[in-house]
Amino acid sequence: MTTNPGPCAIVPTDNLKPEVLDRLEAIIAGRRATPGNLLPVLHEAQEIMGYVPAPMQAAIAAGLNLPGSDIFGTMSFYSMFAWKPRGKYIVRMCQSPPCHVNGAENMLQALQAELGLAVGQTTADGLFTLELSACLGICEVAPAMQINEVVHGNLTREKIGQIIADYRAGKAPDFRQLPYSTKDYRHYKHCPAEPVLMDNVGLIDPMEIQAYLDRGGYGALKKALTTMTPEAVVEEVKTSGLRGRGGAGFPAGLKWSFTRPLTVTPKYIVCNADEGEPGTIKDRYLMEGDPHKVLEGMAIAGYAVGASRGFIYCRGEYYLSQHRLQHAINQATAQGFLGEKLFGTDFSFNVEIRSGGGCYICGEETALIESVEGKRGYPRLKPPFPGVSGLWGRPTVVNNVETLSSVPAIINRGGAWYKSLGTPDTSGTKIYQVIGHVQTPQIVEAPVGLTLRELIDTYGGGLRPGRSFKMCQTGGASAGLVTAESLDVPMDFGSLAEAGGALGSGTMLVMDESTCVLDFLRAVAVFFAHESCGQCTPCREGTLRLLQTITRIYQGRGKMEDLAFLERLAATLQDASYCPLGQSAGVPLMSALKHFRPEIEAHIQEKKCRAGACQAHPS
Amino acid sequence: MPPSILTINGATHSFEAGQTILDVALGSGITVPTLCNYKDTTPTGACRVCVVEVEGARTLLPACATQAAPGMVVQTESPRVVEARKMVIELLLASGNHNCLVCEANGECELQSLAYRYQVTTPDFANPPDTPYYYEDDNHMLVRDFSKCVMCGRCVRACNEWQVNQAIAIGYRGAHNKIVARGDFPYVNSDCVFCGECLQACPVGAILDKHAIGQGRPWERRLVRTTCPYCGVGCQVDVHVKDGRMVKVTGADAIPNLGKLCAKGRFGWHFVDHPDRLKTPLIKENGAFREAGWDEALDLVASRLKDIRDKEGPEKIGGWCSARVTNEENYLMQKLMRAVIGTNHVDHCARL
Repeated sequence: MTTNPGPCAIVPTDNLKPEVLDRLEAIIAGRRATPGNLLPVLHEAQEIMGYVPAPMQAAIAAGLNLPGSDIFGTMSFYSMFAWKPRGKYIVRMCQSPPCHVNGAENMLQALQAELGLAVGQTTADGLFTLELSACLGICEVAPAMQINEVVHGNLTREKIGQIIADYRAGKAPDFRQLPYSTKDYRHYKHCPAEPVLMDNVGLIDPMEIQAYLDRGGYGALKKALTTMTPEAVVEEVKTSGLRGRGGAGFPAGLKWSFTRPLTVTPKYIVCNADEGEPGTIKDRYLMEGDPHKVLEGMAIAGYAVGASRGFIYCRGEYYLSQHRLQHAINQATAQGFLGEKLFGTDFSFNVEIRSGGGCYICGEETALIESVEGKRGYPRLKPPFPGVSGLWGRPTVVNNVETLSSVPAIINRGGAWYKSLGTPDTSGTKIYQVIGHVQTPQIVEAPVGLTLRELIDTYGGGLRPGRSFKMCQTGGASAGLVTAESLDVPMDFGSLAEAGGALGSGTMLVMDESTCVLDFLRAVAVFFAHESCGQCTPCREGTLRLLQTITRIYQGRGKMEDLAFLERLAATLQDASYCPLGQSAGVPLMSALKHFRPEIEAHIQEKKCRAGACQAHPS
Repeated sequence: MPPSILTINGATHSFEAGQTILDVALGSGITVPTLCNYKDTTPTGACRVCVVEVEGARTLLPACATQAAPGMVVQTESPRVVEARKMVIELLLASGNHNCLVCEANGECELQSLAYRYQVTTPDFANPPDTPYYYEDDNHMLVRDFSKCVMCGRCVRACNEWQVNQAIAIGYRGAHNKIVARGDFPYVNSDCVFCGECLQACPVGAILDKHAIGQGRPWERRLVRTTCPYCGVGCQVDVHVKDGRMVKVTGADAIPNLGKLCAKGRFGWHFVDHPDRLKTPLIKENGAFREAGWDEALDLVASRLKDIRDKEGPEKIGGWCSARVTNEENYLMQKLMRAVIGTNHVDHCARL
């Protein structure tokens, strides 16, 4: 029997220094009354020493009156918490599919060589710890990494050397001083149609509420509160046909109409700002560039359904988004756009930010709710749906950032106007994201119905010279692939689903013929295996076997029986998994087998990679 | 309100509000296999062994956690259900070192039963035999062998919902998931009080009674129902006996303990066969003990107590009784002190 000591071997003997304990106790005291306080406390406690050692866990358990086992059980669920010492700078290299197809593995090698570290190690001088991230949400600058709060994108070997040298020399940028995390939205190519969502981004100072007010900001909230009944607001959003922009496309007005009549109080609005779907980068631009629009949308939603409290669940890697949102909340509260008795009415609305901890599953609405409650992000069984029983068992409307940001315009200009934009299937405008093998990866807001060809050629700057289009993963890591025959499909929920893809979050990962489909599937499988919460058997064990089998075929050690097994496994994942993560983990594979079976079989039978991309057996 | 009706495998069954599909099926004599489901704890629907096909549902649904609804049409053994169950069992068998030959749980293992029922063997893609797993045997009571753990979470619910010790939780994420105590330390360095409820809840051989290892297979053991000899609660226990010797003790699913036990009742029985155990009374003479018969010993105690009472008065005598004996025996003790000796100096250790 092999004994694997695991982390138990590091039984700490050190006691906390008095100044550490003082700070920790102040954090606990400040958060004791906050419901679901464990995650905020862990985030703040981690700032003291850079990790949360066992004595600190014990102090938190005592201070919050929680079992010690729950503290560790919860913190070890989230990638961003550590219980062992780490370096001053946490270097997180992104290995998501969008970064992977842009050479992230090579950049990781370069980074390892530069730092002299394997993944998970810390330099002897205590300066750097190297970690992998399943997705950092910065796909327009892939391949990319994040050092503490700051994003470094479009990496090359030379650039990595320079960045690390700068940090070694003590030149670490302050993320709060940066104008944006990745790129200036105003430098992108824009759609000629009038923007509904991005009208302010890059044009106003996101740290100044007056700039938002000058452009009519909070006018929709005032209009709703002073001239409309809550039912009329719900009706207006229903009329608009607005469908959820997180990926599922559920009609927002309909969702609100389930919660509105419930007499149970309190009710909650949760803004899903987890943006964990690989390739998805749109909500960050809204939160960084126009945070008040998100808040205004939330407040209107709160009025519509009768909720007086809102939470923004923002992914942990989005430091600048959280910084700007918090500043916006402070300003809006100070000026009476949030808080008590808004615009002289009886309606009150307060917003609090909750930070994620590096966990894709927490973008699933019930896992997100568990996370806000301070628990492991395990999805819940549905029904009951959150609209009936969500946060702390109360009716809770969970909407995506982009969905909520669409609401002020709908109130200002009417549902019918919004409905006139887009396609009959999906009304309004959509922030599309074009990433991968295009010349100018970017986001663009356009009326729904843009085709993939237009997105690639007009906004993505076309493919790289001399390259041809191979495939596109639509809507995020959990969706299917489309090939050249779908380039002219209007990108709305219905049409893309019919084409075997999905609109999802509106991200389009474009891949040219230099991409090996197996190599791509491997990156997708890495993602799902890393992000499976592990609650149910098919997903916990199945995503691991999916990764192992795909890797084996990729390495030239596959058997034809492996394909039959993968098909069986994908079917069980889809049919028997607990939540949409597991249910969709096999979808890219099934889609690839449909479109590229001969290429995959060639890896097994001929030990040959037709794309010439596999290291194991170049063509 | 009239009872509602649903259909399972083509036959209609009535049910009451709040019942799950599993409740209705079991109540109607239909066997739906389960693994993570554990008596009177929150159903998590996590292991996916009990999945059933419900007409109109996009995916299969866990019978243990899905409320029965009027008009529901359920299939519990359709080809689609059986295929999913087989894959789930394969995945579980692949996830650890499930070698039944030397496993303590052989014969009472629920994973083994599932594999047998669906005729599933360990698949090719299973972890290689030399895969390291966490193994904990640094305490005197139980062994945790994670090569057998199927992450059903029953131990966690037994600890948190039955005993409310809150000593363990599920930790980490995905395939790294592991049952953790405080700080992921071994039980001995955690909040664990060694009640062993996790051991009793484990459906496989991942948590073992240390002293029962190698001491006999389930079918070689005879169960003797008796009352725990420790405190006055009177927990019912099943003593597992092989060849006339005790092998282990488990909590009996009976009033008052409903299966629960504490560390003493479950693990503190080794005095029974201990070589140091007193088998005859001992009388101290000239600073050394000698064996004596009961009559002699009791006569000596009676005469000495009488001497002390007569010479020094009854207030010089006190009675100290034990939680190990019954209420009736404790009553007799105070009666002896008050009525026979004539003292009110009587007390009790209250707990052990």
